[in-house]
Amino acid sequence: MKFTLSWLKDHLDTTASVDEIAYALTDLGLEVEEVIDPAAKLAAFTLARVTAAQQHPDADRLRVCTVLTDEGEKQIVCGAPNAREGITVVLCKPGDYVPGIDVTLSVGKIRGVESHGMMASERELELSDEHNGIIELPADSVGAEVGQKFTDWLAANRPEAVDPVFDIAITPNRPDALGVRGIARDLAARGLGMLKPLEVEPVPGGFPSPVSVSIDPALKETGCPLFAGRVIRGVTNGPSPEWLQKRLRAIGLRPISALVDITNYFTYDLNRPLHVFDMAKVAGDLRIQPAKGGEEFLALDEKTYTMRAGDMVICDDNGVESLAGIMGGEASGADETTTDVFLESAYWTPITIAATGRALKINSDARYRFERGIDPEFTLPGLELATQMVLDLCGGEASEIAMDGAVPDTTRAYRLDPARVISLVGMDIPEATQRETLTALGFTLNGDMATPPSWRPDVLGAADLVEEVARIASLTKLQGTPMARETSGVPDPILTPMQVRTRMARRMIASLGYNECVTYSFIDAASATLFGGGADATKLDNPISSEMTHMRPDLLPGLLQAAARNQARGFSDLALFEVGPAFSGGEPGEQVVQAAGLLVGQAGPRDPWGSRRPVDLYDAKADLEAALSAIGAPARAQINRKLDAWWHPGRAGTLALGPNVLASFGEVHPKTLREMGVKGPAVAFTIWLENVPFPKKKGATRPALSSSDLQAVERDFAFVVDAKVEAITAVNAALGADKKLIDSVQVFDQFTGAKAEEQMGAGKKSIALSVRLQPSDKTLTDAEIEAVSAKIIDKVAKATGGSLRG
Amino acid sequence: MQDLREKYLKAVAGVSDEAALEEIRLAALGKKGEISLKMRELGKMTPEERQTTGKALNVLKDEIDAALRAKKAALADAALDARLAEEWLDVTLPGRPRRQGTIHPVSQVMDEVTAIFADMGFAVAEGPQIEDDWHNFDALNIAPEHPARQEHDTFFMNRAEGDNRPPHVLRTHTSPVQIRAMLDQGAPIRVIAPGRVYRMDMDQTHTPMFHQVEGMAIGRDISMANLKWVLEEFCKAFFEVDGVELRFRASHFPFTEPSAEVDIRCSWKGGSLKIGEGDDWMEILGSGMMHPKVLEAGGIDPNEWQGFAFGMGIDRLAMLKYGIPDLRAFFESDLRWLKHYGFNALDLPTVFGGLSR
Repeated sequence: MKFTLSWLKDHLDTTASVDEIAYALTDLGLEVEEVIDPAAKLAAFTLARVTAAQQHPDADRLRVCTVLTDEGEKQIVCGAPNAREGITVVLCKPGDYVPGIDVTLSVGKIRGVESHGMMASERELELSDEHNGIIELPADSVGAEVGQKFTDWLAANRPEAVDPVFDIAITPNRPDALGVRGIARDLAARGLGMLKPLEVEPVPGGFPSPVSVSIDPALKETGCPLFAGRVIRGVTNGPSPEWLQKRLRAIGLRPISALVDITNYFTYDLNRPLHVFDMAKVAGDLRIQPAKGGEEFLALDEKTYTMRAGDMVICDDNGVESLAGIMGGEASGADETTTDVFLESAYWTPITIAATGRALKINSDARYRFERGIDPEFTLPGLELATQMVLDLCGGEASEIAMDGAVPDTTRAYRLDPARVISLVGMDIPEATQRETLTALGFTLNGDMATPPSWRPDVLGAADLVEEVARIASLTKLQGTPMARETSGVPDPILTPMQVRTRMARRMIASLGYNECVTYSFIDAASATLFGGGADATKLDNPISSEMTHMRPDLLPGLLQAAARNQARGFSDLALFEVGPAFSGGEPGEQVVQAAGLLVGQAGPRDPWGSRRPVDLYDAKADLEAALSAIGAPARAQINRKLDAWWHPGRAGTLALGPNVLASFGEVHPKTLREMGVKGPAVAFTIWLENVPFPKKKGATRPALSSSDLQAVERDFAFVVDAKVEAITAVNAALGADKKLIDSVQVFDQFTGAKAEEQMGAGKKSIALSVRLQPSDKTLTDAEIEAVSAKIIDKVAKATGGSLRG
Repeated sequence: MQDLREKYLKAVAGVSDEAALEEIRLAALGKKGEISLKMRELGKMTPEERQTTGKALNVLKDEIDAALRAKKAALADAALDARLAEEWLDVTLPGRPRRQGTIHPVSQVMDEVTAIFADMGFAVAEGPQIEDDWHNFDALNIAPEHPARQEHDTFFMNRAEGDNRPPHVLRTHTSPVQIRAMLDQGAPIRVIAPGRVYRMDMDQTHTPMFHQVEGMAIGRDISMANLKWVLEEFCKAFFEVDGVELRFRASHFPFTEPSAEVDIRCSWKGGSLKIGEGDDWMEILGSGMMHPKVLEAGGIDPNEWQGFAFGMGIDRLAMLKYGIPDLRAFFESDLRWLKHYGFNALDLPTVFGGLSR
């Protein structure tokens, strides 16, 4: 919303400065986005008089002028055809910045003659496009004396040229501030001046309106409670007067014709949108009714809209003439030939206007205001004021008012509780001040009940009274008051076990050398589908790009895309991770927290120690186990090969407790890598953080350490087994041989491949176990060790179908 | 005897390897060594002779023995020194590689924010990111036709044919967590709710996903002045400066009344941001007293309870505090960016140990 200082002063009697007004506006909640003060860039320039002008010795078109300035006579070389003795000019001195040519002046030599400044044209000072000559001020104009500031002269003689323009942001709750008068009212309530009275003199009608109006009963409640207008005959629709054109231009509007300019002026001045129909183009009476659907309507924005059934429109015998409250029609619009008009002032309900405008995607000043809610009580006064202005500017004769419907009753009252205001705001605002504030804003106080003015549809409860009082009192003045904790002493922990776990997982994985990424929660359909998602339930109705159409079913596709982007930049060895939500469906709550890590390329750089080797599934597994251990997962989950499609079927595993899947890890399926554009090798892990059972809280006490002083014994065994026998089978069998005595079993070697098969037979491999025996009551004898060893060999052989390697 | 002493001590001093030293030991102190033989001769002496000679022999024996041991140790040391001198390695070669991981600035700042508010008694609440429109809008006093709803640039979820419920949305703010927390816990309550939010907006300074932290405190007499203090304390702790100055500006949010936008005093001198000094004001968050209708939607009686709520951008806080220029880069996972702006895994922000190094 833009307005100028002089426009504001039409409504506000004030001596406040531009800065004071700007500060107050922002503080009141009418945030100033910009103040354009045209005087600022002209502040340096002063008036001067040319006392002599002589031809330049070396240039036909230049004159050497002697100029009387506030600093005495100066010599200035000038090329303007009107530079001559006796004229009063605007002087720019060396050191001054001249905005229109973007130059800071210095003393110069022009064709050998020194020049101490310049005399400016209108264009050089950005006052207009005029550049045929330098500015000549009428010698008899107010303040046209040598040494005077040019801005003072402008203020006295061309005030609009130095009229500051305010541009403010209006929050959706303040439709009243979409008119200059509403802004003036806020400032007056703040104490920055007096709101001038607005006199409304009804214009008597000279004849009955030849057009009658009617509102379809279905719309009186929900769309158009009141529609009024009148015919004005014999108008002349030429250009509007200079002052009106200047005002509109100052706020960025293009003057069109007197009638159109008047409607725009009322929109911005009093927040009273109006419409003018050209009677020559209207057939019969005007009816406000729901569209049948399918009608085509050419609006004033020169676009054709197809009505939906039920859209509220104004029709005559020709059909749709206006999209009610949003935009008039091209067919019945006023132009320079217009002589008879119908001037409309109506109250349209916000919800209907918002819904129609949104559906048809039309933005207009009218829609913007009606959907926020204009003052219903001002419908008829606005019509009277506008009639008067049409008569004043365009002439003609007004008819009686034709109308249907009535001003909707918006009367309501809320209790002002001064103590509650103080308690909520935390500021000591005396009751009298609170009441004065509300009165100044147009509220009617009856005892402790406050009735909001008709132009404040946003005030819908006692809390809104608090807001009005607080913002006029100035929240800038609010002083912070300490807020004690609810309990004294050392506070309890505030994170939930899951929140603690999420942080632990994140920091553990980072400490394992992974770089944390935050990738978008939405991905493209192809990637989503590749990772088990892509269903319609997780689809966005209005995605911002084709790369972001579906909620991600898993974190890996985002990490793989990140890896591909980094590879494209020349980084091939990557360790990336993310902890965040994955979405299984489109309902609230169909989301889980995953922690996923991705290793791509080589495990280390090229170095003298041979650290460079491709990452493999055991890298991923080690990191997964470290992360699981950090979040307190049970040590012995089962590993199975129930794998999602994006894992290598032979080189990946799933960790589960029964049906409860904790994590998957391994190589990413080569096809998946190819489709995601990632150059392998790539291994990964995904943890479903919520699925890992939380340990039962047993207090902080640890069980006593049981350690034996007796010598432990280690024995190694090698078994020949089928190549696809899993080591865990042998380990578990060995552990089961004597649960009391066997402390641990480690796989310390495996021998596979062609050489192994050569020695041990086709399809065979060897695995080597180290078993640690820990006696608890007496040292083991050789015989006892032999007995346990025999049991181990027996159990492992049975479990794996293999035999001790001879 | 004096000759013997000189002979052997000289021999010991002149020896340069352990084998020669052993030979000297045998020649002097071995079973058939010169001194051992002399000891045997003591038996043939008179008791007086025996006493003086014996004593002298013992002294001599001890002296030679000590010399032998000292020489042996010296030779061993010299041998070790020689070996160590051979064992030289190039210590400037790289150690075995260890990857250095990083924490994303968003996670780090969330932890910082959590640490500060935890100290002021706020717990951490969470909620779903796909929300129903009641939680995201209606319960927050944003009616379906409210102009504010259009200004949210909402992402809507697809609705299956025949499912006539209003479409779910990607939460446009963390405020719906207010409603869920109130319904879960009732009053009094103090929570913050950090998390991802979504708006249909993508340009130089906007991304369709970003992060907010919501704050809410409800009690019997919690005021807007308390809100200001909490935010002042937060800013002071977060930006790690001694003094901050906040300015409340009246504004409008459907879910608070009165509402205020909050600016912080800062300076942009020399292109770098300094909080707490200078003549500029920068908007950092929106806040206000909770609207009675929002309290009611959360099952809390607005006649009994009152409180404040605020919301601020976590990504923006990170950008301001750590001088990160471009929001879009947060979500691009450029390894160089992750390493440059990321944090060490062990830099866990705490109030007692400090938020940042």
